[in-house]
Amino acid sequence: MDYTIILQAGIASGTVLLFATIGELFAERSGVLNLGVEGMMLIGAMSAFSTTIATGNPWLGVLVAMIFAGLISQIHAFIVITLQADQVVSGLALTFLGAGISLVLGEGLSKAGTVSLLPNFSIPLLTLIPIIGKIFFTNQSVLVYVGYLLVPLSWYYINRTRPGLHLRAVGEYPSAADALGINVFRMRYFYVFVGGMMAGLAGATISLAVSPGWFSELTTGGQGWIAIGLVIFAQWDPFRAAIGAYAFGALRRLILDIQGPLVLFGFANPFYYNPYLGFFLQMLPYLFTVVVLVIGSREALRKRIGAPAALGNPYVRGERGL
Amino acid sequence: MINQTSSMPSSPPQAPLVVEMRGIVKRFPGVLANDHVDFELLHGEIHGLLGENGAGKSTLMNVLAGLYRQEAGTILVKGEPKAFSSPRDAIKAGIGMVHQHFMLVPSQTVTENILLGLDDPRFIMRLPDYNTKIAELGERFGLKVDPRAKIWQLSVGEQQRVEILKMLYRGVDVLIMDEPTAVLAPQEIEGLFVTLRAMIAQGKSVIFISHKLQEVSVIADRVSVLRRGIATASGVPSKGVSRQELARLMVGRDVIFALDKKPGRPQDVVLEVTDVHAESDKGLPALRGISLNVRAGEIVGVAGVAGNGQSELSQVISGMRRCAQGQVLLNGDKISNRNTLFGIQHGMAYVPEDRTHVGSAPNLSVTDNVIMKNFRKPPISKNGLLDMKAATKHANELKLAYDIIVPTVSTPVRLLSGGNLQRVILAREISGLPAFMVAVQPTRGLDVGAIEGVHRLLLAQREAGAAVLLVSEELEELLSLCDRVYVIYEGKIMGEVMIGDDEPDEGAALSLSKGLVDTIGQMMTGTPLDQIQKEGVAAHD
Ligand SMILES: Nc1ncnc2c1ncn2[C@@H]1O[C@H](COP(=O)(O)OP(=O)(O)O)[C@@H](O)[C@H]1O
Ligand SMILES: [Mg+2]
Repeated sequence: MDYTIILQAGIASGTVLLFATIGELFAERSGVLNLGVEGMMLIGAMSAFSTTIATGNPWLGVLVAMIFAGLISQIHAFIVITLQADQVVSGLALTFLGAGISLVLGEGLSKAGTVSLLPNFSIPLLTLIPIIGKIFFTNQSVLVYVGYLLVPLSWYYINRTRPGLHLRAVGEYPSAADALGINVFRMRYFYVFVGGMMAGLAGATISLAVSPGWFSELTTGGQGWIAIGLVIFAQWDPFRAAIGAYAFGALRRLILDIQGPLVLFGFANPFYYNPYLGFFLQMLPYLFTVVVLVIGSREALRKRIGAPAALGNPYVRGERGL
Repeated sequence: MINQTSSMPSSPPQAPLVVEMRGIVKRFPGVLANDHVDFELLHGEIHGLLGENGAGKSTLMNVLAGLYRQEAGTILVKGEPKAFSSPRDAIKAGIGMVHQHFMLVPSQTVTENILLGLDDPRFIMRLPDYNTKIAELGERFGLKVDPRAKIWQLSVGEQQRVEILKMLYRGVDVLIMDEPTAVLAPQEIEGLFVTLRAMIAQGKSVIFISHKLQEVSVIADRVSVLRRGIATASGVPSKGVSRQELARLMVGRDVIFALDKKPGRPQDVVLEVTDVHAESDKGLPALRGISLNVRAGEIVGVAGVAGNGQSELSQVISGMRRCAQGQVLLNGDKISNRNTLFGIQHGMAYVPEDRTHVGSAPNLSVTDNVIMKNFRKPPISKNGLLDMKAATKHANELKLAYDIIVPTVSTPVRLLSGGNLQRVILAREISGLPAFMVAVQPTRGLDVGAIEGVHRLLLAQREAGAAVLLVSEELEELLSLCDRVYVIYEGKIMGEVMIGDDEPDEGAALSLSKGLVDTIGQMMTGTPLDQIQKEGVAAHD
C-alpha cells in the first residue's frame, strides 16, 4: 500500500467532515445545538447531484445544495429559537425529515449516470514539498482547497472581528448581549442558517467530488453524526476541528483500504481473511462519536472543555434581564 | 451633626435637574413595585436611594435605565420627556446602570466586554488599540483593571469596575449603581467611593442604591427612601437627617438593632474540617487546604467576598461536592466524599445558598418540602409507604411553630415569598434536631422582619447546643451572631477572630468592632492574620 495515496484520499474525505463540523461549530457557538447535520448533508448531497445532472453545472449544484440545506435548517431554528422547544428532539426530527425528503426526491438518481464533476488540480510550487505536497496539494478537488482557507478564516472571524465577538457573547451569555442591544434571536437564526449551508456544502462535497453519485442514505453513511462528535472533540475551535476532521477522513480511507491486500507487513492480512474484523474497524468512528457525545452531555465536563455556556438553552427575554 | 428635632428640610435645588421622574407606577403579578414614585436627580450629586429588600428600588431604576416600561408616569432627562424602549436608548440619553448581577461574558476579556454591542470597531478588532484606550479611561476614574484579563480571572470587585468602565466608555452622564457594596470587601468599598467622587468631580451624577443606612449617609449628598413601592422621602439632604429617622422611613417602625445573644457555652468539637482541597465546576482549584472546626453550642462564621470558595466549602461539608484531599469529620465520622444521605443520618442540616433550586423543590407543596428529610422514618413512613395524613399534620405543626405564612400546606412553595420559603427550609432542617448545621447566606434578599426571624432561629440552635457554621457576606450579621469568624480568601483561611459577647459599654464595643472590621476587611482582601498582627506590632515599636 502507498500510504501517501491513502492520506491524500483521506484529506479529501476529511473535507466533508470539515465543512459539516465547522458549520455545526458556528451554530453551537451561537448557542444552538443542531443534531440534524446528517439530514441536512443528505439534502445537500442529493440536491447538488440532481442539479448537476439537470444543468450540467456542478457549481450551480453546490449553490443549490447550500441554499436548500440552509432553508431546511430554518425549520429547526424556528422550533428551537422562536418556539423554544427542546433542541435535541427538534434536531433528531430534522435528521429524519432531511433523510426522508432526499430519499423521495432522489428516487431514480442512482441510475442517472455520470455528471461533470468539480475540477481537481494541483498547486504548482507546493506540490514539490516532500510528502506534504503529495498529500495536501496534488490533484485535489477545488473544495479541498476551499477547506484549507476556511479553517483560518473561521478562526479569525470568531476571535478577531466584531460579528465574531457578538457570536461568542450570544452563545455564552445571551442576556448580557441583549442588554447591549444585540439581537440574540436574529443572530441565532443566522448561525443556524450558516450551519445548514455548511452541511449542504459537505453533502455536495461527497456527491460531486469525494465519492461521486447518489447512493441514498449510504451517501453520507452517518458522517453527520461524526461531525457533531468532532465539534465537542474540537472544543469549539476551528483548528482543532480541522485536525479531527482530517484525522477521521484518513482513518475512514485506511479502514477501507486495509481490507484490500492479501499481505500486510509481511503477514497474512487478518482484515482480508476475517470480514468481521473489518466490520469492527468500520464501527470505530461511530464508537468514538458515542463516547464523545456522552462526555459532551455531562454538565460538569462540558464546563471544563469550554462549551458555550448557553448551548442548548432557549433564550427567553425576561424583564429581570436574566 | 445629627439633627433629631427638625423635620425634613428641603432646601431649594442649587444645581440643575438632570433626571426627573414623576408618578412612576410599575406593577408585577401580585405586587405594586412602584406606586406613583417621584424622583429627582441634581447635576453633580451622589443621590442615595434607600429601602429594604423588595421596596422597589431596582424596579424604579430599571425603569429609568430602559429595562422596564412604566405603566404610568413620565421621565424627563435634562427637561426633555423621554420614553426608553431599551437600555440602549437610555444609554444614548446618557443614563447607564450597573446591575446587582453583573452582565459580563466570563470567557471574554475586559476590552471585549466593553466593546460588545458598539458600532466601532466596524469589523476587524484591533484589540491592542482599544486596550490602551480603556486603560487610560480607567486611570482617569481610579478604576484599576487589566484590559486584557478574562472576566472569569477577575475578582468580583474588579468585575464591578469593568461594569462601570462599560458605562463610562459609552459616555454616560448619569450612573446608576444597584447595591454596589454588597459584593465588596470594606477596603474595596473605600476604593469605590473614591471613584464615585472622581466621577462627580468630572461633571457626572450618580444614583447609589443601597439597603444599608450607614453607607448611604457616608457617601450620599441627598437621600430618597422607598418603602413598599412608595417614596417616603424624596431628595432629603443627608446631613440634615439622623440614621434613626432614615431607618424609620425605611421600615415604617422603630428598629431594634440589638439581638438577644446569650453568652456562649461552647462544648466539644462537632465538625472538623482538615486540609480540604476541592475544585470548582470549571475544574479550577477552589479550596486550597481549608481547616476549621465548629463546637457544639457556638455559631462560627465564614466571612469573605463572594466567590472565594464559600460555596464549594459548604458543598464539600454537606456532601454535594467531592474533595480531592483532606477530610471532614462530623462527630468523629468521616462524611466527606460520601453521599449526602450519610451526612443527614449523622446529624447534618444544610441551608443552601440557592433557596429555590437546591433548598426546595419549587413545584412541590410545603408538606412535600418539609418531609424530604424525615420521610423514611415513622410516623411519616408507615410500612414503607408515605402516610400523607401524618405528613400533613407534621407540616401544619411546623407551619405554626415557624410562622410560615401560607394559606394551606398543600400550596406549592414557588408561590412563597423569600422569607417564608427560607422558614420552610429552616423548619425542615431544624425539626430534625441536627447536631450540626451549615447555613449559606440565609438572609440574602430578605426584608428586615424576615432577617430577624432567621437570626433568632440560628441563635436558638446555638442555645440548644447545635454547632452552626454560618457563611455570609454581611459582616454585621456575622459580628452580631457569631462566636468566632474565619475569613476565607481564594480558597484559603486567612485567619480566625474571636467575637466577644459581653460588651462593657456601647462606646467601647463600637471601637472594638471597628478594629475587628478593619482586621477582617484586610483578611478579606488577602492579607493573612499573622501578617496583620506583625505589622501592627511593628507600627507600635
Ligand atoms: N421581574 C419581576 N417579576 C416579578 N416580580 C418582581 C420582578 N422584579 C421585582 N419584582 C417584585 O417587585 C418588588 C420590588 O422589587 P425590587 O425592585 O427588586 O426591590 P429592591 O431592589 O428594592 O430590593 C418585590 O416584591 C419583587 O419581588
Ligand atoms: Mg434590588
